[in-house]
Amino acid sequence: MVETAIKKVSPLDGLAGPVGGNVKLTSNGFVGKVIIRGDSDNKDFVMAVKDVTGVEIPTTALTFNEGETYSIYWMGPDEWMIMTPEDGEVALETALREKLGETPSQVVNVSDYYASMRLSGPAAREVLKKGSPLDLHPSKFKAGNCTGTRFAHATIFMVQRDEEPTYDINVRISFAEYLWNYFVEASREFG
Amino acid sequence: MSQSNRIKTGGRIDRNKPVSFTFDGKTFQGFEGDTLASALLANNVHLMGRSFKYHRPRGVLSAGSEEPNAIVTIGSGKRSDPNTRATVVEMFDGLEASSQNCWPSLNFDIGGINNKLSRFFPAGFYYKTFMWPKSMWMKYEEIIRASAGMGVAPEEGDPDTYAVKHEYCDVLIAGGGPAGLSAALTAGRTGARVILIDEQNEFGGSLLSDHGAEIDGKPAMDWVDAALAELKEMEEVTILNRTAVIGYFDHNFITAMEKITDHLGPQDSNDTPRQRFWKIRAKQVVLASGSFERPMLFGDNDRPGVMLASAVRTYINRYGVLPGKDMVVFTNNDSAYKTALDAFANGGRVEIVDTRVDPKGPLVEQARSLDITIHTNAAIVGTKGYRRLKGVEVMELNEAGDGVKGTKFHIGCDVVAMSSGWNPAVNLFSQARGKLRYDEELTSFVPDHCQWDNYSVGSCNGTFTLEGALSEGLEAGLKAAQAAGFGEGQSVPATPSAPEVEHGDMRTLWYIPMDRPLARGKKHFHEFQNDSTVADIHLAAREGYISVEHLKRYTTTGMGTDQGKTSNVNAIAIMAQIRGVSIPQVGTTTFRPPFVPVTFGAIAGHDVEDLFLQARKTPMHSAHDRNGAIYEDVGDWKRPYYFPKAGEDMHAAVQRECKAVRDSVGIMDGSTLGKLDIQGKDASRLLNLLYTNAWSKLAPGKCRYGLMCNEHGMVFDDGVTTCIGENHYHMTTTTGGAGRVANWIEEWIQTEYPDWDVYATSVTEQWAVSILNGPKSRKVLEKLVDIDLSAEAFPFMAMKECHIAGVPARIYRISFTGELSYEINVPARYGLHVWDALLEAGEEFDICQYGTETMHVLRAEKGFIIAGQDTDGSVTPMDLDMDWIVSKKKGDFLGRRSFTRTDTARTDRKQLVGVLTEDPNVVLMEGAHLVRELKDKPPMDMLGHVTSSYMSPNCGRSIAMALIRDGKNLKGQSFMVPTMSGKAHKVTITDPIFFDKENKRIDGEPS
Repeated sequence: MVETAIKKVSPLDGLAGPVGGNVKLTSNGFVGKVIIRGDSDNKDFVMAVKDVTGVEIPTTALTFNEGETYSIYWMGPDEWMIMTPEDGEVALETALREKLGETPSQVVNVSDYYASMRLSGPAAREVLKKGSPLDLHPSKFKAGNCTGTRFAHATIFMVQRDEEPTYDINVRISFAEYLWNYFVEASREFG
Repeated sequence: MSQSNRIKTGGRIDRNKPVSFTFDGKTFQGFEGDTLASALLANNVHLMGRSFKYHRPRGVLSAGSEEPNAIVTIGSGKRSDPNTRATVVEMFDGLEASSQNCWPSLNFDIGGINNKLSRFFPAGFYYKTFMWPKSMWMKYEEIIRASAGMGVAPEEGDPDTYAVKHEYCDVLIAGGGPAGLSAALTAGRTGARVILIDEQNEFGGSLLSDHGAEIDGKPAMDWVDAALAELKEMEEVTILNRTAVIGYFDHNFITAMEKITDHLGPQDSNDTPRQRFWKIRAKQVVLASGSFERPMLFGDNDRPGVMLASAVRTYINRYGVLPGKDMVVFTNNDSAYKTALDAFANGGRVEIVDTRVDPKGPLVEQARSLDITIHTNAAIVGTKGYRRLKGVEVMELNEAGDGVKGTKFHIGCDVVAMSSGWNPAVNLFSQARGKLRYDEELTSFVPDHCQWDNYSVGSCNGTFTLEGALSEGLEAGLKAAQAAGFGEGQSVPATPSAPEVEHGDMRTLWYIPMDRPLARGKKHFHEFQNDSTVADIHLAAREGYISVEHLKRYTTTGMGTDQGKTSNVNAIAIMAQIRGVSIPQVGTTTFRPPFVPVTFGAIAGHDVEDLFLQARKTPMHSAHDRNGAIYEDVGDWKRPYYFPKAGEDMHAAVQRECKAVRDSVGIMDGSTLGKLDIQGKDASRLLNLLYTNAWSKLAPGKCRYGLMCNEHGMVFDDGVTTCIGENHYHMTTTTGGAGRVANWIEEWIQTEYPDWDVYATSVTEQWAVSILNGPKSRKVLEKLVDIDLSAEAFPFMAMKECHIAGVPARIYRISFTGELSYEINVPARYGLHVWDALLEAGEEFDICQYGTETMHVLRAEKGFIIAGQDTDGSVTPMDLDMDWIVSKKKGDFLGRRSFTRTDTARTDRKQLVGVLTEDPNVVLMEGAHLVRELKDKPPMDMLGHVTSSYMSPNCGRSIAMALIRDGKNLKGQSFMVPTMSGKAHKVTITDPIFFDKENKRIDGEPS
């Protein structure tokens, strides 16, 4: 068996960020992401996820719960995304599947499906308003919220981290370069 | 001083900032704060354009967004902006403007001959004349368009940038005059999110031109400044000037265009967008869009110098320009007297022609006290001057107002300021499908009711007093905010006092008669831009086009860039007169967006060039770039089409690639295939529902091919699904069908089987897929993996989890070529790493990178279908000769019941067969028809068409597949394929498998 140095490639590698200081755009690297589907009225399901991650499944739409290692994001009435630090996803996937056993559910590793980038800075919200038809006013979407939406032609899953504002944006990797370049162009007017 | 019409003081222009600009190459001076129109008028230039059809000289009519005449091109070359209204172009130093629709020059336009021949060019002329012969219409149209055209769109790319912005608000206010500002104040004070929009550079609306207006005993503009200062302090209030609301759609969805840098001229950097297109969702809308003055329809009322009275007043008070020294004010109401008084105060010589028998009231008295001549019960019956007004002819009106009497007399003048009353700007309200009501007293249409939450205030609501506008605005702003959930318990503040003099009654004469019959020698234009006259309306009525919708199309009234802002009501009123019915009985046409012209750039925003459409790339894309791939667009994906070597064209490259795969080994990027992860106890139940074959007994580690049908039993996708573990499957779909299949599955789970224990999630991009194909695939792969690849240990239609080049992988032994094949799936981040490792490992076998075209040829050699190419939504599995994949034993599945329908069960349906040409070098066109009997020309008896056709190097000849009526029974028979060039090829129908019929190659060479 031939062994060569293993290289990991992200679609965001080598892309230049915005020039000015009012919008920052960075790659979040290979954050681990696992989709979990199930019924939050089923105590076995909720407990199993809690046992493995130490985090309660959020049942309020557009919210997420954060723990020490894992954070869980509401994506839909029966769908959540669990984020882990890089390379934690396989162990998490295995542990969840084991713990859930016969409980109706699905556990899917989507760490490579989504690229994750961080858009922040005073003008970050203005940049998002150019492509997202969502109401991003601080009274409507704030730190602690997450949502699926679109930005221009890309379907995205977006998390607001703080009121700076800082957004983490997950997008299918085949759209990542397009989305990144769109953000950079959209940032240009804000310096 | 070159600006001979500039008043010495006053106006809102900045006299400390002189600018110079050019019009048709000639240099002029103006000031910052001018519009192009006001600066040209300051230089006594009235002639600004030529009309659309008759090429008549035209001057500026208005001072705002309703301008039909002064349509110019701003800038030049790639920055030229055609069809721009001179009345809304803000002046900057170096501005470059040119006239349109004239050749060789504005002063001498050869098209003016149309005017001389105008008796032969009435409305509908083109439709009637150029209908014969029919085939020539396209040719005629080209010439007519060229001579009637508006400005010329630049052919080079636009160097400026544009942006789109999505926004939400509680209260959107369209219009920043006294009514709109009042509404913004009361709405803003509640803390509601308010967006206040005005088209002009400054807020104030009518007050900007209303010299002498007072609010609470102070100049009205002081109130405007104070209101703006207060609004600016409100955090939730967004103030947008230079922004036009252009569309009002369902559910209070509003679009607006903001001009960001237009008023600064061309910019060196395009960092800042030139314009921004706003898409706003408003809970409540306040329309404060003002009103438009109506022109008088008298003979030759289009001469440069004939203007709306309110526009003349705006030029005097707002821009410090007296458009002419000798003015005739022609009116049927009191409002135009203010223009007369302001012109007189600024040194103009003024006479008033008033249609009323006995005008009275404070304004009339004031004019009389200044010894301004007033000709009462009189009308202008004609004008003198061609490129510039020189005078008017006046006569006394008869009692009914439909004729004139007495002696004609002449008044020398260079400006006519006319007013025939006012039309509320109900355009946006009507766009929102609000219903209009005709107000007899105002002689105009006013808003009635609308299904969306909005309030019309001020003059767009027919409220023409300043106090009325303030009062309605204050009330609507608060009501709107309260309806949006703000300002509970707040009450409407007292309306500031804004006393005004009383106005007398109007004497409305829609058509101003003259001393000879209509259409003899003089034209009464109601629609300036499209050259439509009162006589044209009569003609329309005579020819039966009496409906307002027909009238509009026949005369093109309201179809110019101004959308009939000054013409619609007049046209309707004239038609009502002709028909002898009331104006509401004629009705109105529906106003449509955009309210003012919009640039395409603004609508596109950043979605241009590379951002126009996402180029979806696989994880191995950089390797394909490096290795010289030519790409094919598959959906949004960039897939390698073929990999040409130096000097190769596509044909040569594909032939080489096809040969190399079967002779040794090839590699292709299969990452774009749709993939779904399916889990749950009912997963196999779901597969049994979706696919036509049986899935209950598929063991972990095993793969199976399946066809998916819709409810009609027609094939719509196919792919291989693998059992990963207990109750866990990995499904693949076609590249183009990935989204459709995912939605299809989700729909069935959610709407029909929500009780099933099964979930499906897309994992298309989780996996990078490198596909090895060819007899030497095993030899390449075994250098990189940690498992036994022998045919016994890893048989066809099996999946193994292992490591490749040090990274975890799932390898599927499935094949789309009939060769030994491995589809190597690794997490996307490792896709490039594994691709490069495989290329390196394959080097000793001359591994060949190949693209989608070679894939197509290789699968066709084996008779494998491509869903969507060999099927078209009307093809059953049986039509594909794939009865074997339709389970007779398992229970129900999607499409099953349709297989027993008589039409679906027919045995002579179009069926997939092979087609071989008599000449092995002929490659048939895909889509070509097979016919039973060749005739000189269609129609011929068509049997079906070719779906796939290639030159196959492995078969040493061309091959094709076709969908042929009763094809299974026609095998061995010969038919003809006529071509577009008139030739025909003889073909024989065969089995669709052309290569390795016995399937001997599937295990490749042993290691």
